[in-house]
Amino acid sequence: MATQEVKDAELRVDGVAKRYGAVVALGGVSLSVAAGEFLTILGPSGSGKTTLLKVVAGFEFPDAGRVTVGGADITDVSPARRNIGMVFQNYALFPHMNVARNIAFPLQMRGVPRSEVERRVIQAMALVELRGYGERLPSQLSGGQQQRVALARAVVFDPTLLLLDEPFGALDRKLRESMQLEVRRLQRRLGLTTVFITHDQEEALVLSDRIAVMDGGTIRQIGAPDEIYDRPADAFVAQFIGESNLLVGEIAAPDRVLLDDGTSVTVRGLGGGRGRVRLLVRPEKMAIDSATNRFTGTVVEAVYLGEAHKLRVRVGEGVELMVRGHHAVSAGATVTVGFAPEDAHVIWGAG
Amino acid sequence: MTPADRARRRAAAGAIALSGPATLLLLALFAAPLLRLLALSVAGGSLAAYERALTNELYLRVIFETFKIAAIVTLLTLALGYPVAYVMATSGRTWQLVGIAFVLLPFWTSILVRTYAWMVMLGRNGVVNRALIGWGVIDSPLPLLNNLAGVLIGMVHVLLPYMILPVFNAVRNVDPNLVLAAVGLGAPRWRAFLRITLPLTMNGVAAGVTLVFTLSLGFFITPALLGGGRVVMVANLIEEQVRELLNWAFAGALSTILLALTLAAFWGISRIARTRSA
Repeated sequence: MATQEVKDAELRVDGVAKRYGAVVALGGVSLSVAAGEFLTILGPSGSGKTTLLKVVAGFEFPDAGRVTVGGADITDVSPARRNIGMVFQNYALFPHMNVARNIAFPLQMRGVPRSEVERRVIQAMALVELRGYGERLPSQLSGGQQQRVALARAVVFDPTLLLLDEPFGALDRKLRESMQLEVRRLQRRLGLTTVFITHDQEEALVLSDRIAVMDGGTIRQIGAPDEIYDRPADAFVAQFIGESNLLVGEIAAPDRVLLDDGTSVTVRGLGGGRGRVRLLVRPEKMAIDSATNRFTGTVVEAVYLGEAHKLRVRVGEGVELMVRGHHAVSAGATVTVGFAPEDAHVIWGAG
Repeated sequence: MTPADRARRRAAAGAIALSGPATLLLLALFAAPLLRLLALSVAGGSLAAYERALTNELYLRVIFETFKIAAIVTLLTLALGYPVAYVMATSGRTWQLVGIAFVLLPFWTSILVRTYAWMVMLGRNGVVNRALIGWGVIDSPLPLLNNLAGVLIGMVHVLLPYMILPVFNAVRNVDPNLVLAAVGLGAPRWRAFLRITLPLTMNGVAAGVTLVFTLSLGFFITPALLGGGRVVMVANLIEEQVRELLNWAFAGALSTILLALTLAAFWGISRIARTRSA
């Protein structure tokens, strides 16, 4: 834990597959996490993200594929010998041990001398701002404090890898936000290669160096948060992260798409391709009284969000656009909305 | 009186009404005979019966033997029952139900029938000895009947479910993630068991030990039939006093002493269990 420099702890997952009976939990997943990187695996429940984490931790053995950390193959290594720190969803603190004994546990398992254990436990408690809580039992702590103990226990033994399994799920919103920042600060300070599992896209955007979006046991896209948000690889990623307007149509000219409802829009980035496409326009890129790509319709819902107004505008039979902006428009009003050609992201191939 | 007081009073009245029949039954069939027994033991205002029971070396030996047998039976049921309970609690739902069915199966037949069955099994020419001789494990039959070994086998058999069920329940209540966490933090499986599962199941162990130990202290049928008169526990002594010697005062005194010792053991075990879990 004393080490500040980034260790040689690159995690590589290579073609990992796992099935339970007829259910494919992981269909050949490959990814790599650079030393010191914070990678989030984001996906809905049942996407295989938890199975992937268990394979990395060693609680599940894959049917195929390899897992390596810092170049060493750990696929068949028992979880006790992997030197991986993990924070469980419900923290899994040992209820019969006080805070200090919980944090000391991994050190004792490694045969660290008693005086050294004491010193490192105190250091770890200071790291998560729990000085003086050593004698308390987990049941005497708040949710946020329990989380800190779990975190201290997961990093006290200098793990090569830190795994976080939806650790913020049980916390209320305010506490969750401050814990997120604290985890990120700690992770940077220790230079720990970290894999974080969540189904919360907002959390993923805030915390990650990179995000891997999973669905149906495969990785749909992996990239930096802005890349995932601005240039999603497919419709699933576009819809899973943030709110989106997806317009389906056919390329009619090098810069024009003929939408299925008969409207024609001007977009960039078609690159001379042809065929059917989906155009992704984020609600905040939609503007009222836009100069280009105009749609006229009725506001069916207007929600005040504090920092913005969110409108749902019906522009055609069954076609609704989400608009996020600073204009207060009441429901029932007729508005014209649109987007600039460079604000549409092209997703190739649409059914 | 506030509405809250009224609600509390109504709840209390309801509780008394609901527990009434059971309380009456216990008073009439348990408390009253017990008091009568106490009265018998001090018949004529004399404590002579107690003096005899607590000074005569023979009777003291029987009391000591009773505690010794109860302690051995408790340790044996714990050693045999914990692994069974652990395997049951950590296997799938189907195997859990199968396990519980097998643990409860003996309760379908009376303890008397089961004890007679052991006599058939354990005799000189019983199933066990014939099988062992047939396999060439031993040359002459083992003495398994009419001695301490027979009594222990019979008692452990009867009392095993009382150990398995509370331990099973305790193991099942341990969050499996705790064991995973321990293993992930570097503990081999057996250390994870010793440091996590075992301490967290001590309440179940304490319940099982209390049940088996206190039930053992009052055992009668099994020592009578499998001990062949050579293993005498307090309950056998009491029966002899009543049936053969008609010495009600002495039987009453022995019963009272047994009751007092059982309560003391119960109190002692639960005290140890409380300090262990605190």
